[in-house]
Amino acid sequence: MSLTFDDGTFIRAEMETPLPPPVRNIGVIGWMRENLFSSVLNTILTIVGVGLFLLIVPPLLRFMVIDAVWTGDSREACLGPDVGACWPFIGAKFGQLIYGFYPIEERWRPNVVFALGALLLVPLLVPSWPMKRLNALLFFVAFPIVAFVLLTGGNIDASAFLFERFGLIHLIVGDVTIAGINIAFWVDYILTAIVVALLVGAVIGVIGGSAPSAARNTLMVFAAFGVLVLIWDIDFGLPYVETRQWGGLLVTLVIAVTGIVASLPLGIALALGRRSTMPIVRLLSIVFIEFWRGVPLITVLFFATYMLPLFLPAGANPDGLLRALVGVALFSAAYMAEVVRGGLQAIPKGQYEGAMAMGLTWSQMMRLIILPQALTLVIPGIVNSFISLFKDTTLVLIVSIFDFLGQLRASFTDPNWASPVTLYTGFAFAGLIYFFFCFGMSRYSLFVERRLNTSHRH
Amino acid sequence: MKRLLSTFALAGAFGLAAVSAQAATKLEQVKSKGFVQCGVSQGLPGFSSPDDQGHWTGLDVDFCRAVSAAVFGDPDKVKFTPLSAKDRFTALQSGDIDILSRNTTWTITRDTSLGLNFAGVTYYDGQGFMIRKDKKVNSALELSGASVCTQTGTTTEQNLADFFRANNMTYEVIAFATNDEVVKAYDAGRCDVLTTDRSGLAGERLKLTNPDDHIVLPEIISKEPLGPVVSHGDDQWFDIVKWVLYAQIDAEELGVSSKNVDDQLKSATNPEIRRLLGLEGKYGEGMGIDNAWAYNIIKSVGNYGEMYDRNVGPDTPLKLPRGVNALWTKGGIQYGMPIR
Repeated sequence: MSLTFDDGTFIRAEMETPLPPPVRNIGVIGWMRENLFSSVLNTILTIVGVGLFLLIVPPLLRFMVIDAVWTGDSREACLGPDVGACWPFIGAKFGQLIYGFYPIEERWRPNVVFALGALLLVPLLVPSWPMKRLNALLFFVAFPIVAFVLLTGGNIDASAFLFERFGLIHLIVGDVTIAGINIAFWVDYILTAIVVALLVGAVIGVIGGSAPSAARNTLMVFAAFGVLVLIWDIDFGLPYVETRQWGGLLVTLVIAVTGIVASLPLGIALALGRRSTMPIVRLLSIVFIEFWRGVPLITVLFFATYMLPLFLPAGANPDGLLRALVGVALFSAAYMAEVVRGGLQAIPKGQYEGAMAMGLTWSQMMRLIILPQALTLVIPGIVNSFISLFKDTTLVLIVSIFDFLGQLRASFTDPNWASPVTLYTGFAFAGLIYFFFCFGMSRYSLFVERRLNTSHRH
Repeated sequence: MKRLLSTFALAGAFGLAAVSAQAATKLEQVKSKGFVQCGVSQGLPGFSSPDDQGHWTGLDVDFCRAVSAAVFGDPDKVKFTPLSAKDRFTALQSGDIDILSRNTTWTITRDTSLGLNFAGVTYYDGQGFMIRKDKKVNSALELSGASVCTQTGTTTEQNLADFFRANNMTYEVIAFATNDEVVKAYDAGRCDVLTTDRSGLAGERLKLTNPDDHIVLPEIISKEPLGPVVSHGDDQWFDIVKWVLYAQIDAEELGVSSKNVDDQLKSATNPEIRRLLGLEGKYGEGMGIDNAWAYNIIKSVGNYGEMYDRNVGPDTPLKLPRGVNALWTKGGIQYGMPIR
């Protein structure tokens, strides 16, 4: 519909439809040319990559799926030439790999703990979900207590123990128990709380602080601990399961989660301590960090498990898993401290000066200005520590705590399942499980980073 | 429960806790806590390994159950601590475990300077060789020039060197860090011979592609007497552990098994059996335990032969022949001291 004027001038009234781009620049071919064969080096790498893929993946698939044995109830099923993975072995040992030697009829308890943990953790991780504060409180405070009671069985009679060891009026009145509650202990406890609160208040008042608020805080700490003791005292009718019987993925997760949750706040405190201007605090922080970084984790675990009882008085023999937990938490806290310190040092001095110029106190400055920036900067480092902590949990095997891998290794020795492929099957399965957790953590950290945009992409 | 609570003591009451220092004997301690704490291996086929239900099974495990039966009349009052080779003696010395029943070789160093007491031999083991049948070798003395797969840093390597040197033979060692690597290498044909303890060879054989293509040569080149261990300083406990084993061996010799022990209890006339089962004499009381101690062991765990057959014998995948572990009356060297 072009117009032609009388004088013959041609005027185009509409856009000419552009020619399609050359076939070699679009679609699959174009993508490949751009991404796979853009240069000689790239082409070589592509060919090598495809070669490696062909070398690894088909045999792996053949072993794991095509040639694999799926049913059977003993080693007989997995014998013979060209047999792939022996999955019935994993099936038979699955319960042990997850719960260790946890009594079979009590396995619902770890299940409830797993479910609760997932239920509380997922909303915590999704940024758009509401009620973060309540959620965090539930996950970091209520959940550990519930998990402790469920997993061990609770009813550890903490009040009687504390009363006997520390009770001030124990010698005078002895145990007075009404309706299952040790009244004498609680009277003693309340008295102790009041005395300690008054003392703390007085000391703070003398050195020039706010005496009432100090006393109030002390009372609150006592109240919180009292609630804890009360919960530990209640007999829920759950049989006691000692930590020796725990094992498998349960122990791996208990150690990793405790280590992760404990090491972050501890690490932040240590990092701040190390950069503090108070000489004693700084010195103590440096000594702590350098000591724990200078000692291998294996030594820490071995020492905590076998050497500690030699130094402790007879009878004071803390639980084996607890000793390992404390060791792992302190060890990873030292590493976390250095990661966080890296973040603190990356914050420009102007930020500190600006905060101080606005009249913020030190804790406000750290809480509102410095730490939020510093921590987001070091997310990759923090997650790195978490992942390596998760994998380091396998070291507890040397102190006879059977984590996931330890349980797997013990299963290998069952003569009923010994076969040429048992070992490969077990490690393939373990690899999948570890990959699931570590890759999950890694992806989540990338997501958080993008959300906070810490890499300052523009 | 005590253990968990004690954590609090750690927090601040070192001094207070010290008051409860104990002077009780091992037997009293075991009785008051209500179970025997037994150190086993972290997994050795036929000696201690968890079954599908998560129960520990094996020869070493059964021995601990026998001790529990003797002390409590119940084989299940025992808790197992799986220990690695490195930490087994520390665990015993620190009192973390009451018995170590973990395929531990009886040597003079361990028996004396480490402060331990070996209570007997539950299994006479020794280092042996496995070779492919098609090599047509029938004796270890024909192995000159062979390549041998073994694990690094073990006494196995030392024994191997001694054996070949003593017999003026040459060999080539191919060593690996872990047992699993050794087996895989042997299976892949990287060496002619696989060497380790003979009980271990039986276990490793199951992991080979064609177990029937391999034979174990008759020569035994080292002595590895394996047995339960207790620590120095409590002779009563040492006696109990020692006699639990003798009672099991005696029971086999006298033909008393878990199947016929109830009949024997009613009708036995043989004075040796009557003494064993506590019908005559007060031998249990002499050790501070029940007079029916041996009856309880045999009823619940069985005699030595039953324990052997159940865990490593011909009907198990390991198929270990009795060999030197047969009774002395049947050509072996297992000999129970008399109960009288």
